[in-house]
Amino acid sequence: MSGPPQGSGPPQGSGPPQGSGPDGGAAVIETRGLTKRFGRQTAVDGLDLSVPAGAVFGFLGPNGSGKTTTIRMLLGLANATSGTASVLGQDMPGRLDAVLPRVGALVEGPAFYPFLSGTANLRRLDAADPHSPRATRRQRVADALERVGLQYAGSKKVKAYSLGMKQRLGLANALLRPRELLVLDEPTNGLDPQGTREVRNLVRSLAAGGATVFVSSHLLAEVEQICTHAAVMRTGRLVAQGTLAGLRAAGQPLVVVRTPDAGAARRVLDSLGLVPGPPTHGADMADGATVTAKLPAAARDGAPRPEAIVAALVADGVRVRGFSMESGSLEDRFVELTGEGFDVAR
Amino acid sequence: MASELSVMFRRRRTWAMLAALAAIPVLIAVAVRVTGAGQSGHGPAFLDRITQNGLFVVLTALVLCTPLFLPLTVGVVAGDTVAGEAGLGTLRYLLVAPAGRARLLLVKYVGAAVFCLAATASVLLAGTVAGLALFPAGPVPLLSGELVDGWTAEGRILLVGAFVCVSLLGLAAVGLFISTLTDVPVGAMAATIALAIAAQLLDALPQLDWLHPWLFSHWWLGFADLLRQPVEWTSFGNNAALQLGYVLVFGALAYGRFATKDVLS
Repeated sequence: MSGPPQGSGPPQGSGPPQGSGPDGGAAVIETRGLTKRFGRQTAVDGLDLSVPAGAVFGFLGPNGSGKTTTIRMLLGLANATSGTASVLGQDMPGRLDAVLPRVGALVEGPAFYPFLSGTANLRRLDAADPHSPRATRRQRVADALERVGLQYAGSKKVKAYSLGMKQRLGLANALLRPRELLVLDEPTNGLDPQGTREVRNLVRSLAAGGATVFVSSHLLAEVEQICTHAAVMRTGRLVAQGTLAGLRAAGQPLVVVRTPDAGAARRVLDSLGLVPGPPTHGADMADGATVTAKLPAAARDGAPRPEAIVAALVADGVRVRGFSMESGSLEDRFVELTGEGFDVAR
Repeated sequence: MASELSVMFRRRRTWAMLAALAAIPVLIAVAVRVTGAGQSGHGPAFLDRITQNGLFVVLTALVLCTPLFLPLTVGVVAGDTVAGEAGLGTLRYLLVAPAGRARLLLVKYVGAAVFCLAATASVLLAGTVAGLALFPAGPVPLLSGELVDGWTAEGRILLVGAFVCVSLLGLAAVGLFISTLTDVPVGAMAATIALAIAAQLLDALPQLDWLHPWLFSHWWLGFADLLRQPVEWTSFGNNAALQLGYVLVFGALAYGRFATKDVLS
């Protein structure tokens, strides 16, 4: 796809969830003009993020778009150059000690002491918080390990763990206590398909339990399957945020035509005011090519109806073997928003 | 705190260093035993007295270890405190736990101080055992000439151990500060050890004698005063005051650096 990259401009999408409106409840994460500069390089630029309570919020963007830096600022690991952030209704990093015990986090991949066992690592990280109850530690660690399927590997040293097992252990660390907010940075990194499914189920069960889940990812499919809301970052800026349905609806509808007469089809679509892309050939050449065409936003109101498009194609002798209107696949929407180089998972 | 110590002492590296330190007095004892009495006046201080009394093994070992081996191991542990966690990536998880930055630094410093104690104790213990196993015990002549019985002598040796342990606390604070400057533990370790050596070199240059009382290594070998009758406490007091100064200054520097540091590891 070659959607025009829209680097600047106001965030699009359905109206962003309101911070503390009477209808939506308080925002769990709220930032105002959050900015982080490293020397002359701006990693995060004027971020206005609003994550409603109870949402499963997908935080999308290509590698290096500022997602992890944002998460570090939200968790008080890095200081913002300017702007403010509040988490669970309290100022960060000012009220860090009150906020962080209620937040479970997986930041930029799991990290453990390789010379300690999984269980010992979790106990160590749990003991790092002076307020975490010592009496229930053993039980909570065992429960967290079981929740991520590591109950039989807890006594193994972490250096013997695979990447996927470390990722699971990192998730277990985030689940050591009941949390109101989970911040998960690339939670399915390194996991096999089975593990990815388990993480999805885990996120769903956490959300069902009332927690807000903030998942960063560069994998669109992951977000599309589990999230209720999403925000898209591009080179440090927020280019869209809102409900998933809202983001989808804001995308350009696509016309997909399967035909052996690709050239003729493109001419017809072009004459109707659509913007056809280059034809793509399926594995079976005899079956013809697939031509997709975008409906430009300007022409959307007076756009021809689907049946009129088919009629025009047939009238011009195009052998139409398949036709569909795909109104706003999220993937197209994100390629539109983030331009080239976006790592789209299929 | 318990968790910090358990992490340190569950690490093979810690035990390897303690074992290496313990091996030094044992080596000395065995070498002297095998070759017979050394010539008087040659070799490190106290070496020539070992054959007369086994407890001198400990003192010889401390004289050998204090300038190099003890600072080496303390440099490794102190340099690793914060940079090691950063290098593993566990620092960010400790901080979001949340451990609290001041509390984390304090626990890290106390951990390093406990290692100073363990390192000194390891030399002391191994030296005492090896000395008493291979050489006669009995009354020990002090530097001021008096003979004291074995238990009094062992008490004095413990005092010397305390002196050496206190001597290392300043270096541990310097290491803690350096450790907050980097995410590469090896760099912090090397810098700490290099500083320990540089301080001793500067201490050896007579042209810089105005600087000498301010070097953390200045009193490192000043424990001879504890072997007189009565005990001469001045050097112990001076050393303790100097080390406390280093702990305060470098502790404050470490906190100033770490409290606002962006943790990006």
